[in-house]
Amino acid sequence: MERLGYELAELPRWNCCGTVYSLSTDDLMRHVAPVRNFVRVQEMGEGRLVTLCAMCYNTLRRSAQFVSADPERLQRINAFMDEEPDYRGGVEVLHLLQVLRDEITFEAVEAKVERPLYGLRVAPYYGCMLLRPRGVGIDDPDRPETMELLFEHLGAEAVDTPHRVECCGAYQTVADPGLARERVAEIVGAASRRGADLIVTSCPLCTYNLERHQLVAGDGRGTGARHASHVSRHGIPVLYFTQLLAFALGVPEEELGFADAAIDPRPALSQRVGG
Amino acid sequence: MGQEIMERIREANEAVITGIDDADIKHWVTIYIMGKAYRVPADITLMQAIEYAGYRFVRGAGCRAGFCGACATVYRVAGDWRLKAALACQTRVEDGMYLVQIPFAPAGKPAYDLEKEPPEGSVLLRYFPELARCVACNTCTKACPQELEVMDYIQAALRGDLAAVTELSFDCIQCGLCSIRCPAEIVHYHVAQLARRLYGKSLPVPEHVEERVREVEAGKYAEEFERIMSLGREEIEELYRKEQREKGGLKSGDASRVTRNGRGEG
Repeated sequence: MERLGYELAELPRWNCCGTVYSLSTDDLMRHVAPVRNFVRVQEMGEGRLVTLCAMCYNTLRRSAQFVSADPERLQRINAFMDEEPDYRGGVEVLHLLQVLRDEITFEAVEAKVERPLYGLRVAPYYGCMLLRPRGVGIDDPDRPETMELLFEHLGAEAVDTPHRVECCGAYQTVADPGLARERVAEIVGAASRRGADLIVTSCPLCTYNLERHQLVAGDGRGTGARHASHVSRHGIPVLYFTQLLAFALGVPEEELGFADAAIDPRPALSQRVGG
Repeated sequence: MGQEIMERIREANEAVITGIDDADIKHWVTIYIMGKAYRVPADITLMQAIEYAGYRFVRGAGCRAGFCGACATVYRVAGDWRLKAALACQTRVEDGMYLVQIPFAPAGKPAYDLEKEPPEGSVLLRYFPELARCVACNTCTKACPQELEVMDYIQAALRGDLAAVTELSFDCIQCGLCSIRCPAEIVHYHVAQLARRLYGKSLPVPEHVEERVREVEAGKYAEEFERIMSLGREEIEELYRKEQREKGGLKSGDASRVTRNGRGEG
C-alpha cells in the first residue's frame, strides 16, 4: 500500500470478527465482537474499516447494517459493553478490493506497476462472501468484474471460469471434506481446461480449500469428480490477490510468502513473466 | 515444615486490630460470608475479616501478599448489581459485601511436552480449540483482579501471537476467576501459560546466562555453596545482615526486624 501512496493504520486491540456466528439475527451476544471493533475505529477518530478477508468483510459489514437498522439492538449491545464508549454507528466497512477500485483506482495502480504480468493467465475466484447478499456484495453477484479489471491493469489476462462465484465448500471442509473436494475439483478443473496459470482469491478459506483439496485430489482418492485426474496432472497454484498485486508492483519476491504456498506459484510466474 | 511456614505467614498477617479490645474499635461494617452476616472492623482486608469472623483457611490462602492467586473471591455489594472479583488479601471490606471464596478453579489442563512442541501460535489452538468460541464479551477482563486485558490476550492467542500473549498475560497469578466467568468456557490462564512457555522457548538464551551455567558446571561456586549449606540458621542470618550492610541496602532498624522470630512486624 506504501507503493501506492495509500496509508492503512492497524486497528489497535482488534478482535476476531466472530465469523459466521456473528451473522445470527437472534443472538445479540454474537454481535459484540464486530461492534467492539467498530468502537476501536471510532476511538481512532476514523470512520472506515478496511479488511483483506472476504469473511471478515461480510461479517463486519452485515453486523454494521444489523445494528444500524435497529437502534434498540445497538442500545442493548452498548449497555452490555459498558466498559467501552458507546458505538454511535456509521463505521463503513470496506474490502481492500473496493479501496483499490474506488479510491486508489486501477489506473493509478497500473501506473505503479514495475513487473507487468504480460502473458500470465489468471483465473479470479470470488466465492460467496464478497458478493452476497446483494446489499453487502462489492460487485454484481453473478457477473463480477473487479478482480478481472485489476489483473488486466497489472498486465495479466483474466481467464473467465464458470464457477468463480460459487461456494468452495467453506467450513464443510471440516465436517464433510469429500463435499469440499468435489467443489474444488470442479472449480479447479474448469480453470485448468481454460488454461489458467494461477487461481487468485480474495478469501483465506477459499485459498485453503482450493490448495488443500487439489493436493488431496492429486492422490486420486475418492473425489468422484470428472476432472479429478485432470486437476492432479496440473495442480494450479492459488494466490491471494494481494500477493499478485505486490509482485506486479515490484515488492521483492521473498516478502510475498510464495515459499509457503502448498503449490509453488514461482514456476508459473517465472515462466510467463520472467520472474 | 510446610504447615509451620504457613502458620508463620498467617500470624504475620493478623489483622491490625489483633490484640485491641473490640470496645476500642470505632468503625464497623457488616459483611455476608456465604450468606451469613458478620460484624467486622472496617478497614481490614477480606482475608483478615474472614478470619476475624472465625473461619480458618485450610485452602484459599497462600502468600497473603497478592502474588499467589489462591484467595480469589467473588462478591456483590448491596445496592450494586455488578458481580465483582478480587483477591481477599488485597481488598478492603466494604459495608454490605456478599462474598464467597473460590479457592480453586476447575479447569482442564492438557498434558504437553514442551520439548516436542514448536514455538508456534498454532500449538495453542491444538491444545485449546475452545479458544475459537470467544465472542469478545470481555467478561474475563472484568473479572481479573490483576487488571490484565485478558480478552485481548485470548484474541492474540486466537491469531497465534505468542509474543503479545506473553506481554499481556505476564502479571497473571493464575487465580482462575477469568475461567470461572467465561461464557465460552475457555481456560485463559492455562492458555497464557502455554503461550509464555512456548515464547520463552523461542527466545535465544542470553550470553550471560550461558556464561554462568558454564561457570557453575565448571565448579566455580561449589566451594562457596558447600560452605553456606553447612552453616546454621543464626550464622546464615548474620551473614545476610553483614552482606546487606556492606551493600548499604539494610538500615539498622531492618536488621532487628529480621531477627525477631524471622518475621516482620507488619
